[in-house]
Amino acid sequence: MKPEGQVAPAPGAPQAIVIGGSAGALEALSLLLPGLPADMTIPIVVVLHLPRRRPSLLAGLLGRGLGRPVREPEDKEPFAPSVVYVAPPDYHLLVDKGPSFALSVDEPVNFSRPSIDVLFQSAADVLGRRLMAILLSGANADGALGMKAILAASGLAIIQAPEQSPCPAMPAAAIFLCPGARVLPVEAIRDCLHGLGGAGTRRGQGTP
Amino acid sequence: MQAVFDIELTLLLEAIHLRYHHDFRRYATASLKRRLTQAMAELGCQSLSGLQEKVLREPEVFRQLLSFLTIQVSEMFRDPDLYRALRSDVVPLLQTYPSLKIWVPGCSTGEEVYSLAILLREERLLERTLIYATDINQEALRKAEGGVYELERMAKFSEAYLAAGGRASLSDYYTVAYGAAIFDKTLREDVVFSDHSLATDGVFAEVQLVSCRNVLIYFDRELQDRAIALFRDSLCRKGFLCLGAKETLSFSSLAPHFDAFVREERIYQKR
Repeated sequence: MKPEGQVAPAPGAPQAIVIGGSAGALEALSLLLPGLPADMTIPIVVVLHLPRRRPSLLAGLLGRGLGRPVREPEDKEPFAPSVVYVAPPDYHLLVDKGPSFALSVDEPVNFSRPSIDVLFQSAADVLGRRLMAILLSGANADGALGMKAILAASGLAIIQAPEQSPCPAMPAAAIFLCPGARVLPVEAIRDCLHGLGGAGTRRGQGTP
Repeated sequence: MQAVFDIELTLLLEAIHLRYHHDFRRYATASLKRRLTQAMAELGCQSLSGLQEKVLREPEVFRQLLSFLTIQVSEMFRDPDLYRALRSDVVPLLQTYPSLKIWVPGCSTGEEVYSLAILLREERLLERTLIYATDINQEALRKAEGGVYELERMAKFSEAYLAAGGRASLSDYYTVAYGAAIFDKTLREDVVFSDHSLATDGVFAEVQLVSCRNVLIYFDRELQDRAIALFRDSLCRKGFLCLGAKETLSFSSLAPHFDAFVREERIYQKR
């Protein structure tokens, strides 16, 4: 068990950060992503449940004034530093070796395509302990099994506090399944994410 | 345990290849693992090794596994904008050919084949077109050939058909019986449904259009390149290749053989 309180990145800075959510998650994201320090270059991958509209407006919505590229990945695209990737509508987004992206049009999972579980489970498989996952406000149980897989692979799992989530069902389902996850208000998640830049990722290997 | 699963995965795919000559060894790992995990649960196996034993000894279990590994749930007129682009930009060029051949590899249960056939009929091209609809799954091919789909899917398909620039009503192309939508037989009069593997088979015809959408996403890059080389070798000069909305030739070594024709809809033209 990791000590309570101070949230440090998992041993070795994460190679990627995966974020999932549905109803109410866009508000949380608009607090989490803006103002990330430029030296926080870890790629971020976002799955939100949204209407299956193409082209999706999400990338444009999140990208406004963010100062870093936000885009839907292509099939087989390798992870690039400082990019925020959002799952394209009507596809599952998976992490494959590389790490790189893989897509599928397999059946919806938890009535959702993209599904958070599909992203999180595949990311846990490829990235193991070098993964940080954040599950935000949402209306169903998608993401809970994914969080469980991430914890089983020694990744860092953070859940938005349900009492603070506009839609507590998703965080609550994950907390029920994952007693080992950190449960934090969105401001604390923000601090944790923003602390990953520069020295944060070098983890006290001494100052130069 | 993850490492064990990976070893078992390699062995299982090798076993399937040796025993049944189906080659999944170059499929994209992430989706393959998901589907095999599902198959294990459905077929009552605790491990991939357990599944391998059953698959090797019981062809019926392999047949079931093949469905897990290959059946794509496809839709009619998925990505309506692509069909609009086909109508406005590609059809005028196809009309210059006295006869047409079209290949739909990985056609699965046929939804896309009927979508194309309907579009071609409305553009008065169907009567001079031969469509090759191929897949490695016989069961899916039989369903495709039947052209019978669940009635409850028709509302969504109709909406997509209209968004795709359909000139009539989708219901003009099917009749309803026993709670199912049965598509007009004349749509598939000149469709050949046939077994063909992008992993192991070769070129069989010269075609003017290949529509292979959301099939390559299940392959790794090496197998993708094999498939794209097959498309190149099957296409006539200036022939067209349609890929899925998130598939691209950008990461392929065969990219120099194609031009982007309608970039945003992933329509390519052979050089």
